[in-house]
Amino acid sequence: MPDKRIGLSEAVSSIESGMTIGIGGWGSRRKPMAAVRELLRSDVTDLTVVAFGGPDVGLLVAAGKVRRLIYGFVSLDSIALDPLFTAARERGELEINEYDEGMFVTGLRAAAARLSFLPTLAGIGSDVMAANPHLKTVGSPYSDDEYVAVPATPLDVALIHVNRSDSGGNAQFLGPDPYFDDLFAMAAERTFVTTEKIVETQDLLDEGSFHTLMLSRMYVTGVIETPRGAHFTTCEPDYGRDEAFQKHYAASAKDPDSWRAFVAEFLGGDEAGYHEAVARFHAVQEKK
Amino acid sequence: MSTITRAEVAVAACSDLFRGQADILASPAGVVPTIGVRLALLTHAPDLMISDGESTILGDVPAVDEPSTVSAGYLPYRELFELIAAGRRHVVMGGAQIDRFGNQNLSAIGGHARPMRQLLGTRAAATNTVNHMTSYWFPRHSRRTFVDKVDFVTGVGLDRARADGAAAFPFHRLHRVVTNLGVFDFSAPDSGMALVSLHPGVGLDEVREATGFPLHMRTPARTTRLPDEQELRLIREVLDPRKRREHEVPS
Repeated sequence: MPDKRIGLSEAVSSIESGMTIGIGGWGSRRKPMAAVRELLRSDVTDLTVVAFGGPDVGLLVAAGKVRRLIYGFVSLDSIALDPLFTAARERGELEINEYDEGMFVTGLRAAAARLSFLPTLAGIGSDVMAANPHLKTVGSPYSDDEYVAVPATPLDVALIHVNRSDSGGNAQFLGPDPYFDDLFAMAAERTFVTTEKIVETQDLLDEGSFHTLMLSRMYVTGVIETPRGAHFTTCEPDYGRDEAFQKHYAASAKDPDSWRAFVAEFLGGDEAGYHEAVARFHAVQEKK
Repeated sequence: MSTITRAEVAVAACSDLFRGQADILASPAGVVPTIGVRLALLTHAPDLMISDGESTILGDVPAVDEPSTVSAGYLPYRELFELIAAGRRHVVMGGAQIDRFGNQNLSAIGGHARPMRQLLGTRAAATNTVNHMTSYWFPRHSRRTFVDKVDFVTGVGLDRARADGAAAFPFHRLHRVVTNLGVFDFSAPDSGMALVSLHPGVGLDEVREATGFPLHMRTPARTTRLPDEQELRLIREVLDPRKRREHEVPS
């Protein structure tokens, strides 16, 4: 089995400006946040980002990394809206393809299956069609039915975060939901998996049944061990969402001065520096 | 029994959305519809299915703010989309706006290129409305939400569904709208919104005043039924002992 372990910066530095990147997870759940933070440190720009959006989207948009966003929603789950995303939308500066979630999934499925489109009922009759004038419908050759022909959403790179992986990239989720991470990987040219822990292949079933082996190494380009790499989103059962920190993120994001302070305090250094700053944040919280 | 609150009337109205329904997933958004679905399960619709809103189909009927302890099925998001496409679901959605034909907006207020206020985005409202039965719940019935024309159609209304002929939308079924003021359906002659019943204590003028489009009225207006004693006991003692419903619809 090939050894696909690489460094976080090595993986992220292979992402070039202008690329289309898919980000796994869902809302504020099991997002590859360490990889997102590494993207923030890079000088990559002009990205097309494809995501069930959460704080990953907010951070990348606020940092000016995103030219176009393809999404069905952007939410922090326990907090309904991500202020960085909503502010960018309200400034009118973000190119978007806002799809219905059903269409969004269909676009990824088409890319994964190497088709140029897939038909779905989702979207017909809604303003998603008018807001995305490139969308076309397709008639069934077997009936009078008319479907949305959702174009494939092929990805240059997919970034996903998992609970466990072996060094070859066989990746495992241990939480309640795989979300669509395998689909992102299958739709992508290259996939980087950040993982809480790299374990021996024979130990993958110590913590979950083989049903939890979500992603085969055939779809994985590189594996990076990043403990707490989904912070501040959920990574159950390893850890839940850091609600206090997410609240601090959302509150800071609402005001330019507080946001600059947040960036300086948490996003100015490397990944180790980030986790040290988060620990300091919690120490101060506890004294309060 | 002490005085029945508006929230309790709304819970019973939400329960009634599921009369005669079995072996489908009831997906309520909001506290009152969640209690309503569970009330239906414990009374007239024992074969409904509910989930935790995440990845589990429940095998029990816990209180609205308590975790389930019995799992009956696995329902990660990917399976949910399959289930929606198969049509075995009745969703109760909310929204920022709804119009006379039941077009709903979850996405943004203002022009879509540069909205005045960006909300969640489209989510799966379009998927839901073209695939299975859909109802709506609005805890604050007002002209801000009941508008003449929604800014962006996420959930598909009846005018759009019928514009292309019934065959274009074979699975589109808008059922009812429940609010803090009353119950509505789409039985106006042109498929517009019609008053089904006013909650006790609500006047016709109050509803007209809070609605930004002409409502089809039946006169005399009916009154929404009160929950019976068994329902009140289930709401107050079993499903919502900590009165979360009263936060969503204050008395």
